[in-house]
Amino acid sequence: MNTAPRLIEVRQNVLKKNDVLARALRQRFRDAGVCVFSLVSSPGAGKTTLLEKTLTELRRRCHVAALVGDLATENDAARLARSEAPVKQIITGTVCHLEAAMVEQALEGWNLEELDCLIIENVGNLVCPSSYDLGEALRIVLMSVTEGEDKPLKYPTIFNTSDVAVITKIDLAEAVEFDLKAAHRSIQSVRPGMQMFEVSAKTGQGMDEWLELLQSRIAETVFRI
Amino acid sequence: MHELSIALSIIEGASSEASRHGDVKVSAVHLKLGPLSGVVKDALLFSFELACEETALEGSRLVIEEVPVLVFCPNCKMERTPPSIQQMCCPVCGEWTPQVVQGHELELVALEICE
Repeated sequence: MNTAPRLIEVRQNVLKKNDVLARALRQRFRDAGVCVFSLVSSPGAGKTTLLEKTLTELRRRCHVAALVGDLATENDAARLARSEAPVKQIITGTVCHLEAAMVEQALEGWNLEELDCLIIENVGNLVCPSSYDLGEALRIVLMSVTEGEDKPLKYPTIFNTSDVAVITKIDLAEAVEFDLKAAHRSIQSVRPGMQMFEVSAKTGQGMDEWLELLQSRIAETVFRI
Repeated sequence: MHELSIALSIIEGASSEASRHGDVKVSAVHLKLGPLSGVVKDALLFSFELACEETALEGSRLVIEEVPVLVFCPNCKMERTPPSIQQMCCPVCGEWTPQVVQGHELELVALEICE
């Protein structure tokens, strides 16, 4: 055995396996005419509440389904079932994020041709999900007014890798003295030009604009095929 | 913390690449890491050591090259390093820009092998 080490070039993405799967999923979604959104946020930012209201509204206009990631419980799927849209829970066990393979597996038994829209709710976490492409068309990051205006500055990567920001629980803004302008500045500083929405799933404030965004993207996807 | 999953992916990628070169021992794994990869260097180094145990890569080193973020400034028409990942703007003219040209890297660059 020769002991002098030899250098061999590799040059491949560490998450190649996930990226390849995500690309294949994206193609499948495109071929079937399904517009896919993913939601990321910290735990408790209101993903499930916003999703429940969103599914209820979208269901009246198109065929929508959801996949929800959680570490341990099926509580979210049970809550979302009230929207009467098809919902499947992905229990990740100890894994703190969703991966493309989990999405692919969860889709088994579903006919994508019958859907116009799929919303994937990631595990509540602002760090780990940023590294994993799920094949979505749009990654949407949520932050609630109770979390503070500087959340984007604390978690710049997830904001930078997302396409749209939604500030949730806007009905509580005054009570918690949330500085909306400062929040906007934080978001624009980590992701200049990012589209922003302010919603309250509870009172319905801002929901029309939010639903309009989703519907226009769904219409584009369905129209393209 | 997902660095353990990342470490396992590195080991998987490196092992399969090494096996293409026959009966070799990997002494080091070279990795390129960008600040927007969502991966913490120290946590990854720690996880890599743990994850290597009882694999073909046991005893190998993880060598991490950290690359800076580069954005394209539409005003200067140049690639520049922004002041920080919290301030994605041109450090020269101050123009804000969403065009990231480098910084997402999580790339297996090379292996050092002993034959």
